[in-house]
Parts: sequence; C-alpha cells; structure tokens
Amino acid sequence: MQAYLMPPLPSDDKRWRIVNGTMRRHGFTRHALIETLHTVQSSFGYLDDVAIRFVAKSLRVPLSQAYGVATFYHHFSLKPPSKHTCTICIGTACYIKGADKLVAAAERKLKIKAGKSTSDGNISLMTARCVGACGRAPVMLADEELVGIVQPEAVLAQLERWATQ
Amino acid sequence: MTSEELLQIANTVHAETAKFDFEVNVCMGTGCISQHSDKLKAALSKEASANTDAGKRCHVRRTGCMGLCAAGPLVLVEPANATHGEHETRYGGVQEADAAELIASVGGAPVERLQTHLDAYFHGQQHIVLENSGRIDPEAIDEYIARDGYQALIAALTEMSPQSVIDQISKSGLRGRGGGGYPTGLKWGTVAKAVGAQKYVICNGDEGDPGAFMDRSVLESDPQRVIEGMAIAAYAVGASKGYIYVRAEYPLAVTRMTASLQQARRRGLLGNNICGTTFAFDIEIRLGAGAFVCGEETALIASIEGLRGQPRPRPPYPAVSGLWGAPTLINNVETFANIAPILRKGAEWYAAIGTEKSKGTKVFALTGKIANTGLVEIPMGMSLREIIFSIGGGVPDGRKFKAVQTGGPSGGCIPEQHLDLPISYEALIDVGSMMGSGGMIVMDDTSCMVNVARFFMEFCMTESCGKCIPCRAGTAQMFNLLTKICDGRASHADLDLLIDLCDVVKNTSLCGLGMTAPNPVLSTLRYFKHEYMEHIDHKHCRAGVCACGTKSEAEMEAAEVTA
Repeated sequence: MQAYLMPPLPSDDKRWRIVNGTMRRHGFTRHALIETLHTVQSSFGYLDDVAIRFVAKSLRVPLSQAYGVATFYHHFSLKPPSKHTCTICIGTACYIKGADKLVAAAERKLKIKAGKSTSDGNISLMTARCVGACGRAPVMLADEELVGIVQPEAVLAQLERWATQ
Repeated sequence: MTSEELLQIANTVHAETAKFDFEVNVCMGTGCISQHSDKLKAALSKEASANTDAGKRCHVRRTGCMGLCAAGPLVLVEPANATHGEHETRYGGVQEADAAELIASVGGAPVERLQTHLDAYFHGQQHIVLENSGRIDPEAIDEYIARDGYQALIAALTEMSPQSVIDQISKSGLRGRGGGGYPTGLKWGTVAKAVGAQKYVICNGDEGDPGAFMDRSVLESDPQRVIEGMAIAAYAVGASKGYIYVRAEYPLAVTRMTASLQQARRRGLLGNNICGTTFAFDIEIRLGAGAFVCGEETALIASIEGLRGQPRPRPPYPAVSGLWGAPTLINNVETFANIAPILRKGAEWYAAIGTEKSKGTKVFALTGKIANTGLVEIPMGMSLREIIFSIGGGVPDGRKFKAVQTGGPSGGCIPEQHLDLPISYEALIDVGSMMGSGGMIVMDDTSCMVNVARFFMEFCMTESCGKCIPCRAGTAQMFNLLTKICDGRASHADLDLLIDLCDVVKNTSLCGLGMTAPNPVLSTLRYFKHEYMEHIDHKHCRAGVCACGTKSEAEMEAAEVTA
C-alpha cells in the first residue's frame, strides 16, 4: 500500500502549525474535522477555500463533506470578520425584553441588515441564538465582551465609538 | 485514590479554611463577570489581605453561579465554621468601590444598602444539583472533594457491582433532565445489556434551547460533579470513553471543564486503574458549532463523528448503536449532576422528594418579565404560581401576568388558569407544554401571543437541518402563515391551513425538532385563540407588537420565505 502523502502547509504562516497541531492531537482521524475547523476559525477568524481544502486533504475527508460541515454550522464563517462585531442575542428571554428594538436600532444606524458588515469592513452586525446570559436580558456582545440589560441607546453609543475610533 | 486519601484532602482543605473567620464568596459566572465581578474579586482580595485582625480574617473565593443573576454581581459572606445556610449574608449589585466597606463590615453589622433582602427567593428552593454552586471554586477539585465529592464514585467502584449502581438509580426514580423524561435507570440498563467491546458515555451540554442556561451554570460552577456522574455511569454501563459536548457559545464553561478534566486526571480520578481498580475511563471535550438540532441525540452523535449534525431515524437507539455504531449512553448535564448525590445519600432519600412519577428536583432558568431573573432549583410538584410569584417575585412594573413559556421551541405557553399546576413531566404535557430542559420565560400583557408563536416558528425554521421535508418546508410555510396573521392580512382559511400543517409536521417529521415545532402554535391557539381572531377579523394586536395593516403589500411579499 502506498503511503499517504500529507499535503504541505499552505504557507509559512505560523497559524497553520496550530491547525496542524490540532489534527495531530486527534491522530489525523476523520472525526477531527469539526475540531480542526474550530481551530482554523479561532486562529484565522474565518474559513477560506485554502483552509477547507487543506483540512479536507489532511484528514482524508471528501471536500464536499468538509464544505458541507463548514456551511452547516452557524459558528463557522466563510467571510473574513470585520474589525468589530456587534452581536445581539435574540433568544427567547431577550426577545421578550425587546431585543428586536436593539436590532432595528442598530440596522438603522449602520444602514445594513443583521448578518451583514458595513462596506468599509469596520463593523459586522450579527444576531445570536441565546448566549446563555438570559438573567441579564437583553444581551449584546460587543466584540467578545458581554453587556447585559442594554438599551438601544447603549448599542448606538457603542457603534458610534467604533465608527469614530 | 482511596476514601482515606479523599478524607485527607478534605481535611487539608478544612484546615486551610480554619485559618480564616469568614468566607467571602464572589460569583464569577458569566452573568456576574459581565458586570465586572472579576475586578470586584481582586478588590476584595486586596482589602482582605490587609485585614488580619483575629475574628475578621476573610477568605475571598471565586465561585460559580449563585442563581440570582438579576441582582449581580453577587457576594455571599458567611462564618467559616458555620453549617451552610446559617448566619449568611447575601449582597447584590456590589461594585469595586464597595469592597473596603464590605470587608470592614465583616464580623459586625452587614452593609444594609447592599443586601439583597430576597429570603423568599433563596429559601423556597431545595438545592441538590446546585448544592455546590456559589460555594466552591469551580476550578479547585479539592474544594469539591472537601464537600463530599468523589465519595460516590469510590463507593461505587469498591463496594458496588455495576448492576447495583443501576438498581439504585432506577429506584431513585430519576428521569432524564434534558426534557424527554426517560427513566435514567432504564436507559443505563439497556446500554449495560447491549453487546459491544467498546461503549461510550456522552454528556449532552448542547443547550440550544433559547432562554435556558442551567447546563451552562452547572458546567461553570461545579464541573467535577458532572465528571463524577459520568464516571459512575461509565462504570455502570461498562464504558471506557466519554465525551462532553458543549456549545462553543459557552467559552467559560469550556475553559473550566478543560481545567477540571486535567485536575481529575492528575488526582487519578480519570485514566487507568481509577481508585486502584481495573476500571479505566477518560473524557474528551467536543465543541458544538451552533446548531440547535445537535441537542437531538442522533444529531449530536453525528456531530461528534465530524459530520453535519443531522438526525437519523430511531430505532436503532444510541443505547444499541450510537457513536461509531457502538452502544452509547447519552444523558443531559443535569442528569449526570444528580447521580453522585443519589448514590451518596441513597435512592430512598431522592425518591422521597417530588411527586409520584417525577422525583427529585429540577433546575429552572427563570427569565423574561419577572422580578428575580436567574436560576432556581425546586422540588418537583411545586406549583407554577409559587415559582413565579413567591420565588420569582412576580411580574415587575405593575404589569399583568399573561403566560409562562416552558420547554423552549418544543414547548408551549401556559396561561394564568393553570398556574396552580404542580410541576411534573406529565402535568406539563397535559396542558400542552413540556418540561424541556428547564427554560421558564414569563410574559406579561405587552407580549402578543401570535408574535411569540411566530418567533418560535422562525427559530425552528432556521434551525431545521433540512433532512426531512415536513420540517424543512412545513416550518417555512407555517412561518409565512403566522407572519400573514401578524401583519393582519390573513383569512380564516389561512388559520385552517395552519392548523392542518401543524398536524402534518407533528406526525411526519423525522426527529424531535420537527415533531415538536408546532407546539408553540398549538398551545397558543388552545389558550389564546381570541388573539389570533383579533388579528384576522379586526387587524388588531392588543399588545401593540404586531404591525397589523401598516406594511405595504410589496414589503410583505418581499419578506416571504420559500423552502
């Protein structure tokens, strides 16, 4: 049987070594796919074609399956992230406490729909399905920081700070 | 590790605590950290280290969730030698600037203005799953051991046969806390009997149900309890490998669980030859990636295997053919958290709590339009009214209670006339809802029930995995119909079609997501049909939420979803 040749790292970028490390820890088994994509997502911020091809080839997973997994799960993003991300939770508790008003206010301010980024690549407006901080509803994630009991004014103020930075 | 060694560890911890006069516990769950309780803890530690007078020495400790997220950041002060629950003082909304005052008050009169004064909230509860939450440092295994941790595992391994462990769990009457309510002992028995060289134990921590955060709290506050429960389960069913599937949205839970697994390994409570026996067991963490359907057991298994999280038809059940075709035991976080206390205190003790068919306690996440939002653990059989009005403090701002939603997107809304209902799996199903994982969302008269149904349908529509047609296309059509009703342009025929579709989707979907997706519609139709009729006949929304008749035709057409 011919030995399987591992694909070379796509570039000198050190982050590929981290990705490779995750795969090695799982013995390059196929079921490491999601774990590896998590590592790509956290190191690069998104999954691009190069990454998906590299991971699929390394784990000997059909490209279709790798792409299928990458698009199935909401956590994985195929587009590069903006500089800042405003995530508004629209779980049930936040919805009852008026999260829709927060989303509407942010959409009006940024002139984009939820799920999109501003054209200058500065701010992405996202929604989340419950971040588990329902006791502090409504909740917003300003980049990674969780802010509880937010009013529309607080969201707008945060967006303004980012825009003028 | 033997029980003598456990005792030794416990004694060391107790000796360490005895050097102090007071325990100052600072909540560092996700909710309180968002209010900077980390800075508060640093400030308290600084003040406490300067305070070395005998009788006032404080041990400042970070702990997991104390439950009352509404009043965060929370601090609990109690004498170091007191039996828990006595002479304790609870503070809420404590800021960094209050640290000096708080530490200075220790041993004397409490700081009146910071006290929570919510005795009804804390005393109405009975803590079994949450007994250590807010009392121990979640990343210190020794503190868990000092509170009787791992005694149950050692007792099981050295004194009990796997069958007698299963018998104890069966006798306790514990049922699955993920929502289905399947008897845990029966499930364990099936996996134990299944033939297979390799078996797996999976802990389902994919708490996708919006409005619920019990599992996050348990994983963040007392991770060792879950590990111990899983190890006991593995011994009982004959598994040697376990997985904990946690949502990626819970970074703190993942960090704390990873640290806890390492500590358990170092203490010899995971790995080979656990407690000097031949029993070997280890646990790996798997991260979810944001798919609600992965809470369904077969979808979760697919996700661990590195595939898209799509369910498959059952049977075969995972107990017979699960992860990589091997017999697999899947239980919820809260179920595993109940195991150690049951073995430690006995099945009879557990079975004495609760109702005839629903034993023990249940943790609920009380949120929405309610004064005391947070986590509560109550014995089964308590009435909804007690939970919402006595413990929860009722609806704030002088508004009127309208309904309480339980069971998440699979559950239903329970109106005021059923508030005296004692909580149990059966009783909730009888009124058209379900236990679910434990989200309890209170709504007042500013919520429109048609809009609530539409909200849940949108959730099910976007979270449908797309494998079976009734769920994929049915939820989209139901969403369109509900949108039409909300917009005030529906006819009676649309309502009939909606009811028809509910029936089809409920009976023909592949997995639980589709089968229960119509529940929010059916339960709101059952109790709030008049609101649907008002939207259709008078284009009027009594809560003022829906934009009845104000949108243009073109706008509405554009919003329509095709499956």
